[in-house]
Amino acid sequence: MTDGSEAPRFQPGDAVRVRKAYPVGHCRTPFYFRGVQGVIERYCGAFANPEELAYGRSGEPAVPLYRVRAKQADVWSDYQGSPRDTIEVEVFEHWLEPCPDRSPAEETSR
Amino acid sequence: MSAHHHHPHPNQPDEEDRPRTHFQVMEIALRELLLEKGVIAAEELRVVHEAMDRRGPHNGARMIARAWFDPGYHARLREDATAAARDLGLEPTWLKLIVLENTPTLHNLVVCTPCSCYPWPLLGLPPDWYKSRAYRSQAVDRPRALLAAFGTELADDVELRVHDSTADMRYLVMPCRPAGTEGWSEEALARLVSRDSMIGVTPALDPAAVDARADGS
Repeated sequence: MTDGSEAPRFQPGDAVRVRKAYPVGHCRTPFYFRGVQGVIERYCGAFANPEELAYGRSGEPAVPLYRVRAKQADVWSDYQGSPRDTIEVEVFEHWLEPCPDRSPAEETSR
Repeated sequence: MSAHHHHPHPNQPDEEDRPRTHFQVMEIALRELLLEKGVIAAEELRVVHEAMDRRGPHNGARMIARAWFDPGYHARLREDATAAARDLGLEPTWLKLIVLENTPTLHNLVVCTPCSCYPWPLLGLPPDWYKSRAYRSQAVDRPRALLAAFGTELADDVELRVHDSTADMRYLVMPCRPAGTEGWSEEALARLVSRDSMIGVTPALDPAAVDARADGS
């Protein structure tokens, strides 16, 4: 693992949206999470890009990786469960865009 | 053969009589070829198998029990779980571990929807159900129904937090320490920490069902 050449773009608590894109090839951003609005739970470090590794390429420079938290009710229109339920997914930086029109992010509780 | 043995037995096929999948055949062919050509030695293979067999949920249970027992280790686990594993002599060199602590109002559940990523150095090889499409899909879109199928019911005021292990992180759930275990030794506590509780489909084991006697008995 090598550190990304730039500082991570997002901080814990930032409101973000997962891009709604459907590129050809391997990626690990789940379909169910694309287009979802959430908050950055933490920055995990920079890691080799799996979309490149899958084809035998180096995956460098390493890409910043985050854990993004969202309310389950915001992910599934028919979610059966408590309104408190959440889901946290590891998402690479190039899949995230800021969400400035969202209300201030709730405090990330541990 | 007994004189009273009249009824016929249906033929039970041996392992060799069962049909093999394409990948089972490929594994056997590749392994035999590598051994024949001296690329790997049978002894090397045996050593690797034994190392994998030694890894099991007892490793993860040691970490959880130590954290329940020792507030200093608990803090270490929170700060850097990978280093905390190494402190106990567990060597997941590539593992980037995050420990997820359950509380009375928060229950954590782990899944890997793309494949079946799993902290196997700490839990052993994953169970078949963890790798199944049923688990991988239901853990994200209907986790409460999934937990109910494992016998785990959560109140509505408990947050169920699902973690999808989509990239480089690996997760270990720290279940709530069961009530009535005050004064228990670390070894006894470890017996309450099941593999399933470290994935998050069940809580820790009921102390009443487990022998609480300290080490040596």
